[in-house]
Amino acid sequence: MAKELQRPATGAPKTLTGEFSWKVGGQQGEGIDSTGEIVSQTLNRLGYYVYQYRHFMSLIKGGHTNYKVRAADHLIRHHGDELHILIAFDQKTIDHNLHELVRDGVIVYDDAFKARVPAERQVRVYGVPLTRIARELGNPIMKNMVAVGVTAALVGLPVEEFRPTIEARFGAKGDQVVELNMEALRRGFEYGAREIGQVATLPRRPEVRRRLFISGNEALAFGALAAGCRFLAAYPITPATEIMYWFLKNFPKYGGVVVQAEDEIAAVNMAIGANYAGVRAMTSTSGPGISLMQEAVGLAGMSETPLVVVDVMRGGPSTGLPTKTEQSDLNELIFGTHGEIPRIVLTPATVEDCFYMAVEAFNLAERYQCPVYLVSDLSLGMSRQSIDGLDYSRVRIDRGALISQEELDAMERGAYKRYLVTESGISPRSLPGMRNGRFVALGNEHDEAGTEEIEDTSTREIQMKKRMRKLDGLDLSDYVDYYGDEPADRVDLLVVGWGSTIGRIQEAVARLEADGYKVGHLHLRALYPFPKEKVRRYLAPAPRVLVVENNYTGQLAGYLQREVGFHEKLHGCRKFNGDPFLASEIYSRAREVLLHG
Amino acid sequence: MAKVADFKAARPTWCPGCGDFGVLNALTRAVADLGLEPEEVVVVSGIGCSGKISQYFGSYGFHGIHGRALPIAQGVKLANRELTVIAAGGDGDGYGIGLSHVIHAIRRNVDLTYIVMDNHIYGLTTGQLAPTSDKGMKTKTSPYGSVEEPVRPLELALGQGCGFVAQAFSGEIHHMAEVFKKAIQHKGFSLVNVFSPCVTFNKLNTYDYFKERLVNLDEDPDYDRHDRQAALRKVMETGGMVIGVIYEADKPTYEEQLPGFPEEGLARRPLELQPDDYEALEAQFV
Repeated sequence: MAKELQRPATGAPKTLTGEFSWKVGGQQGEGIDSTGEIVSQTLNRLGYYVYQYRHFMSLIKGGHTNYKVRAADHLIRHHGDELHILIAFDQKTIDHNLHELVRDGVIVYDDAFKARVPAERQVRVYGVPLTRIARELGNPIMKNMVAVGVTAALVGLPVEEFRPTIEARFGAKGDQVVELNMEALRRGFEYGAREIGQVATLPRRPEVRRRLFISGNEALAFGALAAGCRFLAAYPITPATEIMYWFLKNFPKYGGVVVQAEDEIAAVNMAIGANYAGVRAMTSTSGPGISLMQEAVGLAGMSETPLVVVDVMRGGPSTGLPTKTEQSDLNELIFGTHGEIPRIVLTPATVEDCFYMAVEAFNLAERYQCPVYLVSDLSLGMSRQSIDGLDYSRVRIDRGALISQEELDAMERGAYKRYLVTESGISPRSLPGMRNGRFVALGNEHDEAGTEEIEDTSTREIQMKKRMRKLDGLDLSDYVDYYGDEPADRVDLLVVGWGSTIGRIQEAVARLEADGYKVGHLHLRALYPFPKEKVRRYLAPAPRVLVVENNYTGQLAGYLQREVGFHEKLHGCRKFNGDPFLASEIYSRAREVLLHG
Repeated sequence: MAKVADFKAARPTWCPGCGDFGVLNALTRAVADLGLEPEEVVVVSGIGCSGKISQYFGSYGFHGIHGRALPIAQGVKLANRELTVIAAGGDGDGYGIGLSHVIHAIRRNVDLTYIVMDNHIYGLTTGQLAPTSDKGMKTKTSPYGSVEEPVRPLELALGQGCGFVAQAFSGEIHHMAEVFKKAIQHKGFSLVNVFSPCVTFNKLNTYDYFKERLVNLDEDPDYDRHDRQAALRKVMETGGMVIGVIYEADKPTYEEQLPGFPEEGLARRPLELQPDDYEALEAQFV
């Protein structure tokens, strides 16, 4: 008999219109992730828009980990502020996640432990013999599958709806394994239906379409492959390693190479070597790796070698918060490496952006022959979500100024100049192996032919200006998105953000608008070269500006001040505790600024 | 077919008498003898006097940053395995800042040749202690005599199982050219350490110093260069004062063992995906 610890049932928990959220938590190593994946993949298959969020620690076993699934009848871009059902495999799960539960939300805990829930919380708590049922099936590990079955009962979803997911997951292990898992689900369902009953309703089921359930890391790797990237050298680091895994799985069919380098310095230099030799190559890392790569990024800038560097940001400084999200590498990406180089910094905000902007990163790297940073973060990189699809017909490959063998043959022997001074600053590039295209790529200052110039001040100035003016022609204003009424001078508040905060900001803005405020939202998907004019156009008329970013010092706000000014009206909304923003946090801060700012 | 002169580029600025001239001459001779064309060769170098070699050699080149010639060279070779890739640098570059790359390049066994111009001193920064400087050597940064043991490149390479380990001497250019030819022809990673005297800052390890001590293993009919233990013994017995091919073994290269790695240069493959490829990839996420 499921024992209810708290108040009697008061009907189904109050749910926000059109959405439902569920979380499972326990110790790392208890199969939390696979439980979450089965639920999220099933809901995605059924047509719901799903957003998944993993909270985990830098440990292999033990600690606390949880997996949240938010499902809706419309596209969602974050894990949501609320929780309707919590499945707890241990007390820590309750302690850490209770605050998120809605009034009359449900906790299902494994009655193998004694749950404690503060009496003042208006929640409903059910002890369920998850481990005991699993043990009856001959395998206590399957308590997570029993929990999935209980979940199904609680939301009134027949267990057969889970079959395709279970088959996809366990099919390779044989029918027996599939059936055993289905049996665990059934037992959980029967117990849940009998002892608890349905406590929540799933949202209206959207029209079923083939939706992709994909993370930022996966979309980014997929985009890079579609862009023709065939070489990745990287060193494993959370939260970027999944990019490497995806390439390892998919590259062999296309001849691509993944090198697990001895360190990040080797990784970035290998990518530079491969790009120099004509392959689209990249490296992927996180903050600590970016720091190690800085010298080589300067080399790519100086030698005018295309290079794509992916930074999936995590909490810093130093090794910081390896498994938590942050947006604190901005300064390093924009200002980093000694000396001055042309560089491009792209900051995708959505999973779809990760795909399309990966393609663009390779095009820009070759067009401008310089390093391109493609910047994501843990929250965007590691959270899977449902999207309506990706459009391969939008993929265009542009290799920039590559000189042809015919053009080289037409030149006098030795006349080709790799660093030819041109009006655009871009000099056509030959590749090793091409006749009459010989040159030396180098990190030392050099003349047009690539010969080192140690003391010649005028050559230095000419080459420096040539390199730096390459980006004069690059306008990234298409990567600045404005959401809200036009003209923008009618708003009460302009919210500015970058990267993965987009979904949180959009929900906060919707709530502010429901309160009667007029709010604009400017989202920056490229930070360097800074699309100054367009940003100024929206910042200038706004009476108050709220800059939302996951860092302590307000790096984006500082950068905006430097580039466009408006010191007096910029307000910060900052979070640096490792968790992504909640919409409610942005909403509350925005209210403060509207009332007092 | 390309001649020696075709591999000449800018005029070197090394000090007169520098051992690195010998390396440059031997290398041009080796590639010309092997019938290579200038556009098929890439010389990747690091920083220091030795690093200038990519500028003076008449092929494609990459003059990178300190200690990182090997990662760049591996990237070049994996991008286009039709190229002959030669990484070159000094003892500071290879055995100081870049030492871990040497060990890992040996482990990986990408098909390229690594030439280290070992002069036991830092030349371009005007005479400081180098990783291969003898214990007790007085330099600007070891005025009382070095208290550190030198790096022993041959023992390191042999210990790690490097498939081709050789040593040469700038006083023996003809021999050095022959060693380079064998190193380039070897399938897999080859290390050639070259004693390349610094006539300006190293008054201890001079041409005469090496001439008096070096034994040429290539002239010893009894020496078995396929026996790794014997090679290690020989190197340890002589304190590394040997030249010639010290060890050679046939091992599969990194690129040969990669699933799906194309026979032709990767750089020559098409970039575009076919629509059904795209659909198959996308299906992973449904």
